[in-house]
Amino acid sequence: MNILKTYKIYIAGQFPRTESGRTYVVNDAAGNPIANVCQSSKKDIRNAVQAARKAFGPWSERSAFNRGQILYRIAEMLGGRKAQFIEELIQQGQTIERAQIEIETSIDRIVYYAGWCDKFQQILSSVNPVNSSHFNFSVAEATGVVGVLADEQTGLLGLVSQLMPVIAGGNTVVFIAAEKSPLCAITFAEVLATSDLPAGVVNIVTGFANEMLPTLAEHMDVNALYLSNASNEIVKSTQLSAVDNLKRVVVVNEDWNQEKAQGIAFISSFQEIKTTWHPIEQIGGATSSY
Amino acid sequence: MKAHKPLFSQIPKSPTIDKVGVEERVSRFQTRSIKGTAKMQGLSMVLSMIDLTTLEGKDTPNKVRQMCYKAQHLHDFQDGLPTVAAVCVYPTMVSIAKDALKDSSIKIASVSTAFPSGQSTFDVKKSDTQFALDAGADEIDMVISRGKFLSGEYNFVFDEIAAIKEICGQKRLKVILETGELANLDQVRRASDIAIHAGADFIKTSTGKIQPAATMQVTYTMLMAIKDHYDRTGIMVGMKPAGGISTSKLALHNLVMVKEILGEAWLTNEWFRFGASSLANDVLMQYMKQVTGKYQSADYFTID
Amino acid sequence: MTDSNNTWEYAPSLEGTSHIQLKEKYDLFIDGKWIKPSNNRYFDTINPATEEKLAEIAWATEDDVDLAVMAARKAYVEVWSVMKASERAKYIFRIARLMQEHAKELALIETLDGGKPIRESRDIDVPLACNHFFYYAGWADKLQDAFPQRNIQSLGVAGQIIPWNFPLLMAAWKIAPALAAGNTVVLKPAESTSLTALKLAEIIEASGLPAGVVNIVTGNGDTGAAIVNHPDVDKIAFTGSTAVGKLIQRAVAGTAKKVSLELGGKSANIVLEDAPIDQAVEGIVNGIFFNQGHVCCAGSRLYVQESIAEEVVRKLKQRMGSLYVGNPLDKNTDIGAINSKEQLNTIEKYINIGINEGSDLFQVECDLPSKGFYCRPTIFTNVAQSSVIAQEEIFGPVLTIQTFRTIDEVIQKANNSPYGLAAGVWTDKGSRIFNLTSKLRAGVIWSNTYNKFDPASPFGGYKESGFGREGGLHGLEAYLK
Repeated sequence: MNILKTYKIYIAGQFPRTESGRTYVVNDAAGNPIANVCQSSKKDIRNAVQAARKAFGPWSERSAFNRGQILYRIAEMLGGRKAQFIEELIQQGQTIERAQIEIETSIDRIVYYAGWCDKFQQILSSVNPVNSSHFNFSVAEATGVVGVLADEQTGLLGLVSQLMPVIAGGNTVVFIAAEKSPLCAITFAEVLATSDLPAGVVNIVTGFANEMLPTLAEHMDVNALYLSNASNEIVKSTQLSAVDNLKRVVVVNEDWNQEKAQGIAFISSFQEIKTTWHPIEQIGGATSSY
Repeated sequence: MKAHKPLFSQIPKSPTIDKVGVEERVSRFQTRSIKGTAKMQGLSMVLSMIDLTTLEGKDTPNKVRQMCYKAQHLHDFQDGLPTVAAVCVYPTMVSIAKDALKDSSIKIASVSTAFPSGQSTFDVKKSDTQFALDAGADEIDMVISRGKFLSGEYNFVFDEIAAIKEICGQKRLKVILETGELANLDQVRRASDIAIHAGADFIKTSTGKIQPAATMQVTYTMLMAIKDHYDRTGIMVGMKPAGGISTSKLALHNLVMVKEILGEAWLTNEWFRFGASSLANDVLMQYMKQVTGKYQSADYFTID
Repeated sequence: MTDSNNTWEYAPSLEGTSHIQLKEKYDLFIDGKWIKPSNNRYFDTINPATEEKLAEIAWATEDDVDLAVMAARKAYVEVWSVMKASERAKYIFRIARLMQEHAKELALIETLDGGKPIRESRDIDVPLACNHFFYYAGWADKLQDAFPQRNIQSLGVAGQIIPWNFPLLMAAWKIAPALAAGNTVVLKPAESTSLTALKLAEIIEASGLPAGVVNIVTGNGDTGAAIVNHPDVDKIAFTGSTAVGKLIQRAVAGTAKKVSLELGGKSANIVLEDAPIDQAVEGIVNGIFFNQGHVCCAGSRLYVQESIAEEVVRKLKQRMGSLYVGNPLDKNTDIGAINSKEQLNTIEKYINIGINEGSDLFQVECDLPSKGFYCRPTIFTNVAQSSVIAQEEIFGPVLTIQTFRTIDEVIQKANNSPYGLAAGVWTDKGSRIFNLTSKLRAGVIWSNTYNKFDPASPFGGYKESGFGREGGLHGLEAYLK
C-alpha cells in the first residue's frame, strides 16, 4: 500500500503546516487520491507576505551576480531531483514524454533567467542626455513583494516560468500553487530550501485560490500581482482588489511550453524605473578637454 | 574699537559649494526686471559706487589727473548726478590724486602689497602699504598670496592680511582674492572667510589683470560669506566686484544680488563698490536714455 | 557718500497682454474641426489672479466624447497607423516648431489662466513643452531601435486626462509620445486650465496634422469619466490625484485598456550636515515654492540633520523674505496665484490643521493683492512624522520640516509613506548620495538639485504615486504593445 504523503507549505524557509490545520486531497488523473495538501488560510497568506517583505531588502540589495549564482544553483538542484518531478507530473496526468520535456525545459528556463540576473539592468537602464548641466541616469529596481497566482495549466514549468524572472529581478514572492496540481510546487520548495536561496524570497502556499487570492490581492504590503492564463473573472476581481494601494497587476496569457515564452519582458514587468539627477560642475569654465 | 588680534583658528569651517546650484541662483537674479524709477535709482547708485580705476604700467600723473577730473564731473550736462565713490591707483600716483581731488569727498584707494601678483617679500608688502598711506590713501586694496593659498598655507595668507590691516589702522582695507586664480568656488569661499576673519573691511574679487574676474557666481559666493559673517557676528563687511563689469545691466544685476542677499543696508558706497574703468559711461548713457527717452551715442560722453 | 538709509524697490514690470488672441468662446476640437458641445453648455474659465473671466469653454458630454473617440479611431485606422513613421515624425516636429513660434503667447495665456508666474511659464513650462515634442518627434521612426527585443506595435486610441498645475506641459507629455508611437489621441485638459490646450489645438490645426489624430475635449470630471469608460479607447493616461487614479483603476478593471498613472506625492527632501548649504536652501525653496507648490513631486517633506537644522531653518526663512508674491504677470514675481478658490481652501484647511496639531507656523509677511487667490509661502517646524500635514499631499506652498540624526533614520522616515514619486538628497559626499539614492523608494531622485525636468528624463512614481514613466525612452513604453 502506498503512503499518502502530506505536503506542507513553504514560508520563510520553513515547512509549516497551514495555520488552519486543514488539508485537502489531491487526486490523480484517474481520480485516485495521491496526496494530502495544506488548505492554506488568510493567516498563511499574512505570514507569507510578512516573510517576503522581510526578505525583500536583503534580496534586492544582494549583488546581481550573486543572485545569478543562486538561480543557477536552483537549476542544479532541480536537475538532481528529476525523477521525483517526473513521477509527480505523471501522477498528475502527464505522459512520460511530456513530463521529461517539462522538467528539461524547466531546468533550461531557470538557467536562462540565472543568466539574466546581472544583465537585464544594462538593457533597461539608460543615461539620459538632459538639456542642462546634470548627469541623469535611469536604473531598474525591483518592485517589491509580488503575489503570484500559479497558472493552472502546468504544474512545474508554469511555476518556474512565472517565478524565476520575478526573483531574478530582486523581488520576493508569495506563490499560490495550482489548486489541482500543487505537488510540483511543494517539491520545488524543497529544491529551493536546499539551494542557496535565502529564506523568505519565495514563499509557496497551497489551497483554494478563491479563498487566498482576495486576501493576497488586497494586502496593503504587496506591491504587484502576477496572473497567468487566468479567467476574465479572476483578472477583474484581482484588479479591483489591487486598487487600494495601486498594485501593479501583470496578466499574461502564455503557453509556457513554447520556447519563446521567456524573455526580459517578464523581468521588466516587475521593475520600477528610478531616475537620478546630479549636477555636473564645469570646472575651469569654458575650456574643452579636447 | 581695535579688538584683540584675530586668530586663524577662529575661522569657521567654510561650507561646500555646488557650482551648478550657484549658477541657477545667479540666473534668477538676472531675470529680475528693473524698470522705470527703480532703474533710475539703481543707475544713480551704481555711479556712486564706482571706484574709477587706472592701474597700468603706463600710468602717468597726467592720466591720473584727467581721471580725477572725470571722477568729479561725470556728465555736467545733467544735474543731480552723484560723483563716483573713489579713484583707485598705484601707490606712486596717490599723491597726484590727492592733489587733484583735494576739493572733493571722493576717496583715494591705492593698491598695494606688490599688486597685482603679490609675489614679493612681506617687508616689501608692508612698506608698499605704508608708502601709500603716507601719501594720503584713504583705502588700501591689497592682494592675497594666491600661490601660498593654493599650496594650502592658509595661515600665511591670514597672517599677511592681519599684518596689513594693522598697518592700515582705521583706514579701510580691501582684500583682493584674485578669484580667477583660485580654481573653484569652494576656494573662493575659503579665501573670503580667511580675509574676513583676518580683518578685511571689504573683500574684492579681482585685480582686473586675470580672467575671469568678477563673475556673478564669484560675487554671489563672496556675498554669502559676508552674509554668514554678519549673521554670526553682526559685523558688516563690504564687497567690491572688480573687472569685467562694464555694462549697466550687469551692474544692476549685481545690485539686485546685494539687495536680495545682504539687504538694502549694503546698498551704499560705504559697503559696496564696483572696480571699473569703463562702466561709468555706459551707466551715464543708460541714465540719459531714461531722462531723454533717446538712445545715446558714446561721442557725447567723455572718456576720461 | 549716499545716505545710509537706502531703500530700493523694484518697480512693477508687467508683461503686456495686448497681442494675445483669445476667443470669447471655445468649442471642442474634434476630427480637425471646432464643434459645439451637444448640450450647448459652456463654463467660464477665470484668471485666478484677478477672478476675471477669460473665456467660455465647451462642456463635452458623453456623446461628444464618443464623437471624439470615433474620430480618433478613424484617424488611427485610416491615416496615422498606416503612415510612414518618418512622415509621422515630421508632423510632430512641425508642431514643436509652431509651438516655439507661439511661445510668448502660450506663456502669457498659461499665466493668465493658471496663475503661475510669467517667469516660470516663459522659462520653464513652455520651453519644456516645445522640447518634449521635439524629443519624441525623433523617436517616431526609431521605435524598433528603442525595443529591439520585441516586435513593437502601437496601441490605438489613447484617452488622456491631465491636471491643472502644468496645463500645456502635461498636454505635451501626453500627446507627444502617444503620436510618436503611432497612436491617436483624445485629450481632456483640466477644467480650470483649458486654454493652452485649446491654443495647442489651434497650433495642431495650423500644422496640418490629419484630422482626428488629436482631439481636445474640454469639460469636468464627467467628461473624463466618459473617456475612461469608453469601450473603444485602448489606453488611458492620467495625471492627477491618487484618489482619481484609483477610480480609474476600478473603472478599467477587467478591460483590455492599458493604463499609466502619474499621481500624487509627498516627497522627502533630505539635507545632510555636509550639504552645500546655501544651494540646499535654494533647492528647498525651489522644491516647495515652485509653481506655488502645485507640483506632484514637490519636496514637501523636508528632513534636516539635527546638527545643521537651526542654520538651515534660519537661512530658509531669510531666503523666503526675498520671494516676491503677487501678480503673476509681473516679471519679478516668484510666487503667483493659487490655481483656484477650491485649491486655496484646501491649502488653508491644511494650514489650520498644522496649527491645531501644534506645529510652529512661519509665513513671510508680505502684502497680497486684494483680488485673486493667494497664499503666503508657509513652513511648519516642530512637525512629527505622524502629523497630518507631513503625511497628506497639500499641493500648495506649504513645507513641513522634521529633523533627523542618522542616515538610517532618515531613509526609514522618507520611505514611510504610501507615495513614492520623488526625493531630494543634499550632501557633498558621493558615496552617501549613491547609498541614499539607491535606498529611497521613489521614481525620481534629485541629488544636490530639485524639481528639474527634461524630455529625455523618465518621470514617474513607485507605490501609490502611480506607474508607467513619462519622458525618455522609457516613456515610449506606455504607448506601445
